[in-house]
Amino acid sequence: MRDALTAGTISISGHGGDEIEAYLAHPFGPGPFGSVVVIHHMPGYDEPTKEIARKFAAHGYAALMPNLYDREAPGASPDDAAATARARGGVPDERLIGDVGGAAAYLRAMDGSNGKVGVIGYCSGGRQSFLAACSLQLDAAVDCYGAFIVNVPPEGMPLKITPIVGLAKDLSCPLLGLFGADDQYPAPAETAELARELTALGKTHEFHTYDGAGHAFFAVNRPSYRADAANDGWAKIWDFYGRFLVG
Amino acid sequence: MCTSLTEKIDVTGSGKGSAGWFELSEATVYFDHPQHAQAEHTLNIDFLNPANGPSARVAVELTEASAHALARAIDATLEAAPPGLT
Repeated sequence: MRDALTAGTISISGHGGDEIEAYLAHPFGPGPFGSVVVIHHMPGYDEPTKEIARKFAAHGYAALMPNLYDREAPGASPDDAAATARARGGVPDERLIGDVGGAAAYLRAMDGSNGKVGVIGYCSGGRQSFLAACSLQLDAAVDCYGAFIVNVPPEGMPLKITPIVGLAKDLSCPLLGLFGADDQYPAPAETAELARELTALGKTHEFHTYDGAGHAFFAVNRPSYRADAANDGWAKIWDFYGRFLVG
Repeated sequence: MCTSLTEKIDVTGSGKGSAGWFELSEATVYFDHPQHAQAEHTLNIDFLNPANGPSARVAVELTEASAHALARAIDATLEAAPPGLT
């Protein structure tokens, strides 16, 4: 495997033509390579998620992570930006679609791109990955423990989001779902309902729910990290993207 | 993103952030995943002045026991303060 890569912050055109900050990591060499839009978790455009982008590059994919909070908090530290975005109700769905669409267009236009673009998101980004895959023409989507695709957020939650399972009929690509059996948001009942809906619609998907894991089991810097689930989850991701983004 | 309660209050006072002291105008209190504390969930308090931008923020992330202890300590300290000084 070629594992040389380059990574750094760039500016891309996001929703409404806004110039937003984004973190690009891509393999050295002429390609061809598939690409992934990485949607950061609710704690923001942070170091651990940049590390995830570099991991994709080390595995031969170009990865681009837009800073979804750039408008609320340009130049602020990721945690301050996340607090501001949280207080304002999170990222509007329409804007998310525009930002992911801008990132996907950037990746497709890169020298060496094979034209195939996937998406992956963690936590709130899991729901947003599904949203993007139902709203844009993509080639593979991964939802890592995204809640409120099916269920309504609890009363009092600051996020101004609504269920989007009704968009499932427009899912443009295969969907891989990776969840924890001990997670409450999303609880296994919610992901099971999503799986039933996708099956009824004939949409290609595969869901895996790990025993002994809760929310954020991929997060290596948090006590929620579960090595067994994360290792198997990464293996599932490489297999899934290998089938739909390579070649 | 996984819990519901968020309390937002107006406050008067000052906080010391990364750029020094600034006037506070509000605080939010919520129970959610922390940014830094090594716990699944923590009681988080942000002391803010949004008019000064996102970086005008003093943040703490406390375990549930620590948060209860803090709340008791605040109440006890205020109750013990001589009348007329608060």
